[in-house]
Amino acid sequence: MIDPRANANGNLAENRIDLKLIADLVEPQTRVLDIGCGNGQLMELLVNERGADARGLELSQQGVNACVARGLSVVQGNADTDLSYYPDQGFDTVILSQTLQATQRPKDVLIEMSRIGSRLIVSIPNFGHWKIRLDLALRGRMPETRALSASWYETANIHLCSMLDLIDLCDAVSLRVETCLTVTKGKVSRTSGRPSAWQNLTAELVVLELTR
Amino acid sequence: MTGHENSANGEHLVLENAQLTLDNGSVLKALTLAYRTYGQLNDDRSNAILICHALTGDHHPSGANPLTGRAGWWDNMVGAGKPIDTDKYFVICQNVVGGCAGSTGPSTLRADGTPYGLDFPVITIGDMVRAQNLLLDRLDIPDLFCVIGGSMGGMQVLQWTAAHGDRVFSAIPIATAARHSSQNIAFHEVGRQAILADPDWHGGNYAAEKAEPRKGLAVARMAAHITYLSEAALQRKFGRNLQDRERLSYGFEADFQIESYLRHQGISFVDRFDANSYLYITRAMDYFDLAAEHGGNLANAFTDTSARFCVVSFTSDWLFPTSESIALVRALNAAGANVSFVEIESDKGHDAFLLDEPEMEKTIVGFLGAAAIARGLPAQNHPVTGDAHD
Repeated sequence: MIDPRANANGNLAENRIDLKLIADLVEPQTRVLDIGCGNGQLMELLVNERGADARGLELSQQGVNACVARGLSVVQGNADTDLSYYPDQGFDTVILSQTLQATQRPKDVLIEMSRIGSRLIVSIPNFGHWKIRLDLALRGRMPETRALSASWYETANIHLCSMLDLIDLCDAVSLRVETCLTVTKGKVSRTSGRPSAWQNLTAELVVLELTR
Repeated sequence: MTGHENSANGEHLVLENAQLTLDNGSVLKALTLAYRTYGQLNDDRSNAILICHALTGDHHPSGANPLTGRAGWWDNMVGAGKPIDTDKYFVICQNVVGGCAGSTGPSTLRADGTPYGLDFPVITIGDMVRAQNLLLDRLDIPDLFCVIGGSMGGMQVLQWTAAHGDRVFSAIPIATAARHSSQNIAFHEVGRQAILADPDWHGGNYAAEKAEPRKGLAVARMAAHITYLSEAALQRKFGRNLQDRERLSYGFEADFQIESYLRHQGISFVDRFDANSYLYITRAMDYFDLAAEHGGNLANAFTDTSARFCVVSFTSDWLFPTSESIALVRALNAAGANVSFVEIESDKGHDAFLLDEPEMEKTIVGFLGAAAIARGLPAQNHPVTGDAHD
């Protein structure tokens, strides 16, 4: 399929368990902006299951066209440059699902997101996972996992980080971690507030709910 | 006397005391609005789609054009089972004020039997849309499910949402801009000067002189037609191919196919279009600047509408490039509007919006389908097919 993140993240269907988790975090009947909405999988969930008034921003024109043909409200644009055109607090929730690592300036993106909405949901592949650490330690090469299958010179993921790195960044931009969902082998665990260093070792994928 | 007249050229709303106040301050009293409708208005009067035509279009987007005998200018897009489905929607198209396909314009005869000529007031995109509002009032349609159009038609779509936003549920501006660019004004000026330089123009009074500025209008069309295409499309279609000859003539005949093609475009246009109308309508486009009318901030134009927008542009359109659509989309986002934006890959230039573009059709079917659900209309008869779903 034509999801642009398929190249960066490998098979979508297997690796996007975070989409359902994100949808469940969204309050019903609220205004939601999905940044990097791909071909609209999450937006469709938000509209159909949460009754959300969902808008999307997507870099790839193919992704945008697929979304609009599905009846979703999506515009072509770049998270690094186009968020400034959105009004202050125009949305209840602003979502960035497995896109932060592909932006040029993740810090600025988070700051813009917190200007646009009061509640943020951010998911990332966790580079602190033990397999990735082991891979680098034993092979001495950039890790290639199921979730991060592209080689270092082809990947769109230019700002990979661990869960703890992301939490440091949230601190730096005054975002508070409300909920932390971690996924390991398809199993989800939920923590209120900040996750531990142990979770940073075991989580393959992390979804953070953040407030200003 | 006021009334509806039916003719082979669609229906005509004849208003002898219309009081259409124009942007230039004058008032058009005697007014004829030529229009055509397709499909059935539903009981709630909630399924009307207004199609706005471009510079040289008319009110016959679908079916045979009774004047030319040829298919309507958007026949691939409008009709039973087509993206703008006349089985489902009540489709209206009106010839713009200032035009020459039946609505009042510079070639219309006044009470004294002479055509307006240059006595016709300079009209604007806003005036065209005011006249469309008048028609909706007479048809007793409270608001439009959708207003759609390309190029100058797209300008009317934007004007609708800015000036009559409460009457628009959804809007599809295609291959257009919120203002006419300097380059576009420049091309229009070349066309107008070609008409004005033709001795048969007679200061606009060519009808009285039993003449017609055919050469000037043809040159205007030739210049404009180039702007509707793209370098890649011209190269693909014509290249440097010679026309009906083996070698260069070493003269100024139409040696090249592209020359022959343009000459044909110019000559055939003259048979269906009035030179003065061309002057007036190009002027209306030049004057269009939605931001200027709203304190220099385009977003302010859209603060009073709850319409959902679907903005469409084409990669090879250099007359209304994607950058214009992006500026529009940014303003709509800033205004908090519900907006979708699709740029369609095509090498066919500006004219792509009139041609068979499956991606555009999919976009419009998807957008209209979602809008119909939001409006409480029955779902689309023909679902989106192809790779939109994974």
